[in-house]
Amino acid sequence: MDGFLHQVFAGLANGCIYGSVALALVMIFQATHHLNFAQGEMATFSTFVAWALIQQGWPYWGAFCATVAVSFLAGLVIQRVILRPVERAPVLTNVNVFIGLLLIFNALSGWLFDHTVKSFPSPFAQESFLKSRFFSAHEMGSFLVMMAVLLALYAFFRFTSLGLAMRAAAQNPDSARLVGIRVSWMLAVGWGLAAAIGAVAGMMVAPVVFLDPNMMAGILLYGFASALLGGVDNPFGAVIGGLIVGVLENLLGAYVIGTELKLTVALVLIVGTLTLMPAGLFGKRLVTRV
Amino acid sequence: MASLLEVSGLTAAYGATQVLHGVSFEIPAGQITAVLGANGAGKTTTLRAVCQTVRTGGSVRFEGRELVGTATENVVRLGVAHVPDGRGTFTALSVEENLLLGAYVRRDRPRVAEDIERMYTRFPRLKERRQQQAGTLSGGEQQMLAISRALMLRPKLLLLDEPSFGLAPKIVAEIFRILRTINAEDGVSMLLVEQNAHLALGLAQHAYLLETGRVALSGRSETLMADEAVRRVYLGY
Repeated sequence: MDGFLHQVFAGLANGCIYGSVALALVMIFQATHHLNFAQGEMATFSTFVAWALIQQGWPYWGAFCATVAVSFLAGLVIQRVILRPVERAPVLTNVNVFIGLLLIFNALSGWLFDHTVKSFPSPFAQESFLKSRFFSAHEMGSFLVMMAVLLALYAFFRFTSLGLAMRAAAQNPDSARLVGIRVSWMLAVGWGLAAAIGAVAGMMVAPVVFLDPNMMAGILLYGFASALLGGVDNPFGAVIGGLIVGVLENLLGAYVIGTELKLTVALVLIVGTLTLMPAGLFGKRLVTRV
Repeated sequence: MASLLEVSGLTAAYGATQVLHGVSFEIPAGQITAVLGANGAGKTTTLRAVCQTVRTGGSVRFEGRELVGTATENVVRLGVAHVPDGRGTFTALSVEENLLLGAYVRRDRPRVAEDIERMYTRFPRLKERRQQQAGTLSGGEQQMLAISRALMLRPKLLLLDEPSFGLAPKIVAEIFRILRTINAEDGVSMLLVEQNAHLALGLAQHAYLLETGRVALSGRSETLMADEAVRRVYLGY
């Protein structure tokens, strides 16, 4: 029973990370109807930047905040410079751009920081008050950090004027322009936020899986599975999807298919959701007249 | 009377299809001007040309400023509010959020709150539904919401694209009555596109008749209502 509960709780902790990656994906999807395939590599690169700052002697939280800020700006700039020219281009063109970004960031990470596996510190000391019977200190700590991020995002979108404008721009860009919203800047801010969330997710996961250029490749897959499961146009669904995928992955890995095949859970979920339930659990069901 | 909007030689095309072939007209400040015409005459395109949501050639001068080539977001900031055909409400957001968005470019926070209350006084149905999702409102209520949202800008010029479309006559009468009040009390100039010529001529003081992308007739509403051709073709008697 203890083992089972531990799997569930560990799954929830992982699920937070997957949910955050899924949230970044959903945020960009809602505004642009494109899935950012480079999300994982961007997060890895951000984590490397944090690692480099810490190597230079920066205190952890200083490096953390600086990395989040830089990631936000980078996301914003990438949207303005690279994505904006292909805004109205066909889907395949955008997919190519995302894959290009994926390759560039992966290569940059390897080139600037080399391919040896590095350890990344956790800000939550192993024996701190956060540790409990079912959660390690880091698991609890990263759970709390991700919850804080999610709550902050919810409050931003729900209660601020800029958040409202971003929601409007994503839902109905034409009407948004008619009330004076600068829609392309809203997209840029969305990208900035997605990049910042990715950076936080990367920094929370690196202490556990160790830092190397391919760190987020598998996690991105879980992120996709979570986003699709929750409904790719629903941020709330992304979080729930993440938690479900996290728990499912652990339980199936421990009791059914063995830990080697854990990643297949994500792949099966992706294919299964798209085939059987394309709108996901909480997404909007689109019905088109033929 | 000062000209609020001067349009000259306006051309517009959707891809390879030329829709406006050199439209010229003026609208005076403080008055309601109607643009009439059959389906496909270019009425909606004319309004879109004013807010630059479509690529145009020619000249559109608002208070002396050239609008052609300006981004829509900046045209809005000059005081032009557009109620598009199909209402253009943010259907997934609440009534109140729609109104707040109408005031997005304004800096005077306390007066925005006042204006929202004024909208609710003018359209009590909206007040009952202030937290309701805009997409669940009836057609007439969505039209009231769309007009209120545009008015939240405190615009100098209000563009209305077929406000009567798809609405019951009783609701239309109510809406047009309120539009007349808004024009009389707040001095908001209006450019009204309507297929229903009788309704439009009843509300507006001036009118232009568009036929296949050109101005065919213009004048005061009384003049057009008395015109033989207009009566036969557009008023049905």
